[in-house]
Amino acid sequence: MPDSAPRDSRELRHMLGLDGLAPAIMTEILDTAGTFLEVLDRPIPKVPSLRGVTVANLFFENSTRTRLSFELAEKRLSADTVSFSAAGSSVSKGETLLDTVRNIEAMKVDAVVIRHGASGVPHFLSQRIDAAVINAGDGTHEHPTQGLLDIFTLRKECGRIEGLKVLILGDIAHSRVARSNIFGLTALGAEVKVCGPATLIPRNVESLGVEVASDLDEGLKWCDAVNVLRLQLERMNQGLIPSLRDYQRQFGLTREHLERADREIVVLHPGPMNRGVEIDSDVADGPFSVILEQVTHGVAVRMAVLFMILGHEREEGRG
Amino acid sequence: MKVGLGEADRIVVRGARVFDPQVGLDRVTDILIEDGVISSIGDLSPSQQAQVISGKGWLVVPGLYDMHVHLREPGQEHKETVRTGCAAAMAGGFTGVACMPNTDPPIDSPGVVRFIREQATGLPVEVYPVGCVTKGRAGKTLADMAELAVEGVTAFSDDGAPVATAGLMRRALEYAAKSGAVIVEHAEEPSLTSGGVMHESAASTRFGLPGWPAVGEEICIARDIALAEYTGGRLHIAHVSTAGSVALIREAKRRGIAVTAEVTPHHLTLTCELLSTYDSDYKVNPPLRESRDSEALLEGLLDGTIDAIATDHAPHARDEKEVELISAPFGMLGLETALGVILTKFVQTNRLPLERLIDAMTVQPRRIMGLPPVRIEPGARANLTLIAPNEDWVVDRSQQSSKSINTPFHGWELRGRAKGVILGQQYYLA
Repeated sequence: MPDSAPRDSRELRHMLGLDGLAPAIMTEILDTAGTFLEVLDRPIPKVPSLRGVTVANLFFENSTRTRLSFELAEKRLSADTVSFSAAGSSVSKGETLLDTVRNIEAMKVDAVVIRHGASGVPHFLSQRIDAAVINAGDGTHEHPTQGLLDIFTLRKECGRIEGLKVLILGDIAHSRVARSNIFGLTALGAEVKVCGPATLIPRNVESLGVEVASDLDEGLKWCDAVNVLRLQLERMNQGLIPSLRDYQRQFGLTREHLERADREIVVLHPGPMNRGVEIDSDVADGPFSVILEQVTHGVAVRMAVLFMILGHEREEGRG
Repeated sequence: MKVGLGEADRIVVRGARVFDPQVGLDRVTDILIEDGVISSIGDLSPSQQAQVISGKGWLVVPGLYDMHVHLREPGQEHKETVRTGCAAAMAGGFTGVACMPNTDPPIDSPGVVRFIREQATGLPVEVYPVGCVTKGRAGKTLADMAELAVEGVTAFSDDGAPVATAGLMRRALEYAAKSGAVIVEHAEEPSLTSGGVMHESAASTRFGLPGWPAVGEEICIARDIALAEYTGGRLHIAHVSTAGSVALIREAKRRGIAVTAEVTPHHLTLTCELLSTYDSDYKVNPPLRESRDSEALLEGLLDGTIDAIATDHAPHARDEKEVELISAPFGMLGLETALGVILTKFVQTNRLPLERLIDAMTVQPRRIMGLPPVRIEPGARANLTLIAPNEDWVVDRSQQSSKSINTPFHGWELRGRAKGVILGQQYYLA
């Protein structure tokens, strides 16, 4: 755990990742998300918690659901928002990332929600700007709000995280979702196994506190829930898998797999899905799937994160 | 005492501990330098017409030589110039440096060699350009090595990248053998390291950063050792970074193959976990490895498997480094901190004898590069490094002589630092 890691939610200035984040803070975020979930069901789903706060959503990499989810979360909390989308690196446009973000900060924003294709960018920025930094996905590193919403969904579906057995299936090596899930779930007492082609399992993955399931059926027989990751199709061009067909035959989640496991397994997927590749439609749309619930929960979890970072400050400022 | 650069016909260093294990010298005494030559060592009476340097509490050793630096000129003068690089060398206690050929244009013609040497005129630092192995460092055809050798080039490298193919390395070793030159290899197999920004390890998995595995270095060293054995050519492995590489070189030496190796202060002292901050000052090629690798490197240095300590001083402009880690260039400064880091971490802690430091930072690198030895004895040209071994100091990147500031040692508290150098009639005092 980094020395500077917050021990208490009042010390939470940024949301950079779940690695090293105190379990108590994660639990507080999940509990807060529970109350915001109820807000979303009200006739007017809006609270004034972040009135007067300005949040900039900086998406240097394509995203639909995460960007919309953050924007909705900000609006539901009454924050003012601006959004910026730029595919590719700012460097390719001639301006450095740091200059871009410093310019936006100079317009007096309180927080930046950032997605970037390079691992570590939120950490890099958090050391150089005053605004709060919220990681909306950095390279192949972390996607902490996705991790939290997956954990929130599991807790809601299964009633607990402690002792829960979760299988993460697919491209572990390049997945920021996998890392945030692993860090968050293990910190909260779940058991985690990963499963996928050897070329997509990072070396030393055991050092993260997980085991490797050698095949899908074995993993499914063991787990209470399976989180299916999107297969990034460019991995095929990199020679990391021989073909989609070969991948699908070994690691594509089908109804037959779930039947063979002979137990109720909650199915998650962070989306977007490649139907027929990593997950079959009758699983994605099947009775154990909570994929759409995850999307709803995402808004509540992001509201909780924004509130806990920016809301405390507002309260203190008023005091 | 005069501070900064100077030149004098008579220089007296008074009352320092003079230490040169090569000639069995270790005593507190005076040194008189006349017309650039050490004329006597012993207690001297006061002289009116000499530049007197008070060396009380200091250590005087043979001039340090860094066999692996990047001076960036020509072509990247915004990072460093020959003169600012030499200023950093002087401040770090070096009287000689070998500069790598990945300049623009690269060092593959006599004109570039002469240009670089000219930039260093008038300074108490000798600059020895290393020539390219292949024309333009393009990895296609051999550079005009014999022509460069006429200019005094004694080492060849495509540093920044490995010699591209086994076939080219074979030819380079064969061709250079005639002039006794050495091929300095940046050992890396690109098909295993492409895209990697840090050591492939538990840390890279945790940080979500693409890995550059140890085997990416070791497989290239294994290739080159086999070729050195086959051709009889002289091979030098630059910046060795893994325990496996040390084992390969140890075995090759045992079998009598003409291979030598160097290690950097940063690979001896820093590990890959430091990348947790995503600070690009820690991004270097080869990458920082694990503590067991650092331990193996130190063992290799102690048993002679690794011959020399070199810095791989690699300046980069601040705006190039202050970007996303994945986009930042590889490399870190080294000239001004090397001596202090080695003294503090290894000599002061009795893990490395001072004698071995002198050996690894002047005797061996000069031998490998085919240069005459530097000794502290009457009749020898003055080539000295002055050290305050007990001075406590804190590395401050804003106070460095280099044009760049990308040092990973910023803020380190060190004990022991260079106070100056003397080369012939020229001297520099901090």
